[in-house]
Amino acid sequence: MIAGISIYEILTLTSILFFIGIYGFFTRDNLITVLMAVELILNAAAVNFVIINTYLYPDLIQGAVYSIFIIALAAAETALAIAIIINLYRIIYSVEVKDTETMKY
Amino acid sequence: MDFSYTILIPLIPLALFVILGLFSKKIPASIAGWFGSFGLGTSFVLSLYTAYHYFLEGKLNGVYQTFIYKQTWLVFTDKLHIDLGVMIDPISVMMMVVVTTVSFMVHIYSRGYMHGDDGYTRFFAYLALFSFSMLGLVLATNLFQMYIFWELVGASSFLLIGYYYTKPSAVAAAKKAFIVTRFADLGFLIGILLISYYTGTFDFQELTNPEGMLITSWASYSFMGLSVFTWGLILIFMGGVGKSAMLPFHIWLPDAMEGPTPVSALIHAATMVVAGVYLVARLFPAYYFVEGGFALQIVAYVGAISSLVAALIAVTQTDIKRVLAFSTMSQIGYMMLALGVSKYEGHEGLGYMASMFHLFTHAMFKALLFLGAGSVIHAVHSNYMKDMGSLRKYMPITHITFLIAALSIAGFPGFAGFFSKDEILVAAFESNKLIYYSSVLVAGLTAFYMFRLYFGIFWGEDTKYKHTPHESPLTMTIPLIFLAFMSIFGGYIPFSQFVTADLTPFTAHLDLPLAAIASSVGIIGIIIAFIFYKKPNELPQKFANAFGVVYKFIYNKLYFDELYIFVTKKILFGIVAFSASWFDKNVVDSSMIGIGNVTVSVSNKIKGMQSGKLQDYAMSFVGGIVVIAMVVFYIWIN
Repeated sequence: MIAGISIYEILTLTSILFFIGIYGFFTRDNLITVLMAVELILNAAAVNFVIINTYLYPDLIQGAVYSIFIIALAAAETALAIAIIINLYRIIYSVEVKDTETMKY
Repeated sequence: MDFSYTILIPLIPLALFVILGLFSKKIPASIAGWFGSFGLGTSFVLSLYTAYHYFLEGKLNGVYQTFIYKQTWLVFTDKLHIDLGVMIDPISVMMMVVVTTVSFMVHIYSRGYMHGDDGYTRFFAYLALFSFSMLGLVLATNLFQMYIFWELVGASSFLLIGYYYTKPSAVAAAKKAFIVTRFADLGFLIGILLISYYTGTFDFQELTNPEGMLITSWASYSFMGLSVFTWGLILIFMGGVGKSAMLPFHIWLPDAMEGPTPVSALIHAATMVVAGVYLVARLFPAYYFVEGGFALQIVAYVGAISSLVAALIAVTQTDIKRVLAFSTMSQIGYMMLALGVSKYEGHEGLGYMASMFHLFTHAMFKALLFLGAGSVIHAVHSNYMKDMGSLRKYMPITHITFLIAALSIAGFPGFAGFFSKDEILVAAFESNKLIYYSSVLVAGLTAFYMFRLYFGIFWGEDTKYKHTPHESPLTMTIPLIFLAFMSIFGGYIPFSQFVTADLTPFTAHLDLPLAAIASSVGIIGIIIAFIFYKKPNELPQKFANAFGVVYKFIYNKLYFDELYIFVTKKILFGIVAFSASWFDKNVVDSSMIGIGNVTVSVSNKIKGMQSGKLQDYAMSFVGGIVVIAMVVFYIWIN
């Protein structure tokens, strides 16, 4: 519970964060920045978990625990994605999204 | 008494087949031959032991008991299920002895005959497969199990006829044998389905039980003036006609001689071709009782006509194996007609016993004839009589054993064939005079063509051979000697004590007047053959010319092959297959092609959706989620 700030303000903030992430995911050209956008989405969700837990069910702890899970998951996912991107770079010498369009019909 | 160990008798050849078949490249030829012979030898000893045990102790109050060991395999209804198992009764034990004896002899013989052949191990694997299937057929407890093994022997016969698969004629013969018998087996299958549908059982014991459903209530169902069961039995007999090479499905047997000679001896003389006789004998009470034995009449006439026609054709052939093939057909016709004229009880059932007796002796002397012919072919490398002559000087053992077999099949007094043939003639005489006269004629013809063969091969003028022929190795002559022994003394077995229609032993006597008639006809045949063929002369050619058209007609096997080719090529392929193929090409194919074309054009239109752009995919993913979320919201709000 943060004095002077209501849950609505924080939820608005996380929604903005989430849509910035979505927007970044759709528009970035570089795979690394796409990955960063994904991180934004995940962080918005993690903050939501914590905030809803704190404001609505103060005597429970699951929300916080879930946010830790999400952080761990995000770390693993990032490691994997970075590995894929590095391998991609070794093959095509580029990390641009537009250069990875060969897998189609 | 426990006969459950008899299951080993077919299983040993199966194991041999699996081992030899899987490791045919790795097992050296010398070991494969020994291995196969040893395995079959074990089966042979086991079946002899079974026979000894069964015929000595298998009786209860003077009636032979039937022992059945079976396992349910497929269940259709409570009553109708397919079992697999073994059935021990006089005819199955007798057949088991015949099959294992001949198979064992052929295995030993083949070690010499097939020596140095490329597919030596493969050959023994096929022989083992055949032995397994034939023993399974013999021991079957129900019609369906018999049908399964029936097809298996057909398949192994196909494999063995086409053994020399690089020879186009052998391949064609294998296909012909398979297709003709398969066509006949269609009748067998329909017969099985008919009978099992109405009686609700496949079991031989149920079907042949005189108080059973099949025999007591045949009059309840009728179709086109005959009982449904009669139709069923006739259709089942059709399968037997195909397998036993009776008219009109005999055309495959002469061509089947393309296979190696030991195979002809085992499959196309002694065992597989008598499967039809065995089938009728197995269902004999059903044939005899249903509709007053109408189906049995058909069996008798088919047998009689086949035996006469085949004997006539055999007189004119020049390929020694084909002569023997037609002779086999003629002798199987004998067995069929003996079954056909038989009655059921006690001494009345003489024909049944005679048929089984002849089956036994025929297996011995015909296997001997084929193996002897194989020995001759091995020596001169030709199947044709014109390439042979005076071989008695070079091959004394083959000569003597062949002579014994020829005397036996000709019904010369004292040899095995004499006794069994006499019983058949007595049975025919007591029941149907027409069949009796034709059988006596056949006996004369048999003696004639057999000694035509004998004199042509072993006497006659001394042909100039490229290599001097020599006697076959010991491994080939030992089976000859054993079978020659059986061809003489097999006739002294008191068969009526062992194998009878109603399982009750009786004593059969030699009917002297009839025996005298039959053997004098046989001796006349031998004398004519002696005059014609002992020394080369003009007589045979003169006779052939005198009969002119008739001779040509018979020489060409009554143009049966041409008739079948006409029916299949012109009518089946020309009319039926032509219109079927038109329908197939224009209706079936084009509708399938249409469906394919529609699919292709639709996919061409929509394949652009799969763009390969990561963010396009993400967009449709998010769009989908938004739509689902809206739907869920909408439902939730309402």
